[in-house]
This record gives sequence, structure tokens and C-alpha cells, in this order.
Amino acid sequence: MSYTALAMLAVALAIVLDRWVAGTRVTSTRDWWSAYAIIVFFQLLTNGWLTGRRIVQYNPETIVGNDRVVRLGEGRILYAPLEDLLFGFALVLTSVVAWVWLGRRSREPEPQRTSAEERDST
Amino acid sequence: MTWTHWAYVAMLAFCLTGTLPLVPAFGLSVLRQPRRLLLTIGLAGTPFLLWDLYATHAGQWWFDEDQTLPPRVAGLPLEEIGFFVVIPIVSVLTFEAVAVARRRGLQGGGR
Repeated sequence: MSYTALAMLAVALAIVLDRWVAGTRVTSTRDWWSAYAIIVFFQLLTNGWLTGRRIVQYNPETIVGNDRVVRLGEGRILYAPLEDLLFGFALVLTSVVAWVWLGRRSREPEPQRTSAEERDST
Repeated sequence: MTWTHWAYVAMLAFCLTGTLPLVPAFGLSVLRQPRRLLLTIGLAGTPFLLWDLYATHAGQWWFDEDQTLPPRVAGLPLEEIGFFVVIPIVSVLTFEAVAVARRRGLQGGGR
């Protein structure tokens, strides 16, 4: 499967995980979307570093774009393939879902209730 | 080795130096729950690391030897494995900091 297809699949799986498998439903909270807005800004910067400097390079066959590493266009944003945004969304969402899910089911002593739990009202 | 070999390490360091100060700034308890944090890294990072291994071995992407440190594990630079540890940590820290900030701002009202 191409990076494009895998990245779209990963986003779908992460959302299914959040909403129906783990039932954390962070994607219904403003906390998640506010946090993601901050994270995606820094992802563009750091990913721009990795891709603009060609620390990571991509096979043109597997992305929407090509081998031209441009700032915007050609299937890229700040040098990174658009697919990286999907990859990042899926990874960050899965991380937050795992964290919240573990917090809810955990019986281990917690120094204090986490903010994620206190807001839980979805 | 030249300084350019540290280019990927520098990016990971930037991520951590930007988010670890959130712990004292917002009084986060994330680092006092090491078991929960390690499990989060394991649960979230592992499937993406496997994806990365697949993609790297399938030639979908590759890493510049001049801008990564020499060690390789299963064909991946150590930094790339570190990425799947660092990103879950910075994600959780940002999420928790935003939650605290919004709760302070909203005085517990709304979501």
C-alpha cells in the first residue's frame, strides 16, 4: 500500500479507536482540538526541518507529491508530504487516547486526578 | 562525524525542551505516573514503529546517513525510534497542559 493509503487508513483507525474501541471520545472535546492545533503548528516546523533538510526523503511513487521538495504545492506543505500530516494526526491522537484510556481504567495510585478525567463528561 | 550528524537529534531535543517546561508551568502530574506514561508510549508508539519499519524496508522513505547518528536498529536510525518515544510524550504533555489551562480559564465550566 502507498504511504497515502496507509496514512488515510491510520487516521480512520485512530478515530475508530477513540470513539468506539477505547470509548475515550477525546475527539468530542475542545481540549483535544485545542491541543492538536498547537501540536500541528509545531509539527509543521519540526517536520519542515526533517524534510526541508532532506533528513528524511520519500519515494515519489508512494506519495501524492513527487521528488521536488518545495515549500508549498506539489502535494507538500512546508517541504513535508501532506501524508505526514495524516501520520502525525493518527500518532498524536492514538497517544492521547492511550493516555486517557489508561487513566480511566487504572487503579494504581495517582498523585491527583488527571485533568483529562475531571473534564470527562462526553 | 560532523555537527550535521546531530540534525535529527536536534529536532527531538527541540520537541522536549519545548514541552517539558509545561510540567512545572502547569503543575502537571504526567511524569509522576511513569507506568501510565510508559504504557502510553508502548501502546501508541509500537504500531507506528512497525509501520515505520515496513515503510523503510519497502523503500517508501529513507534517512540521510550524513544527518543521523551512525547506529542503526533494524535499519532505522536510533533517532527514528526515539521519535516514537518523544512524540507520545509531547502529545500527552500538550494535551494535559491545555486541559489545565482551559480549566483555569473556564473555572470548571464547559468543556
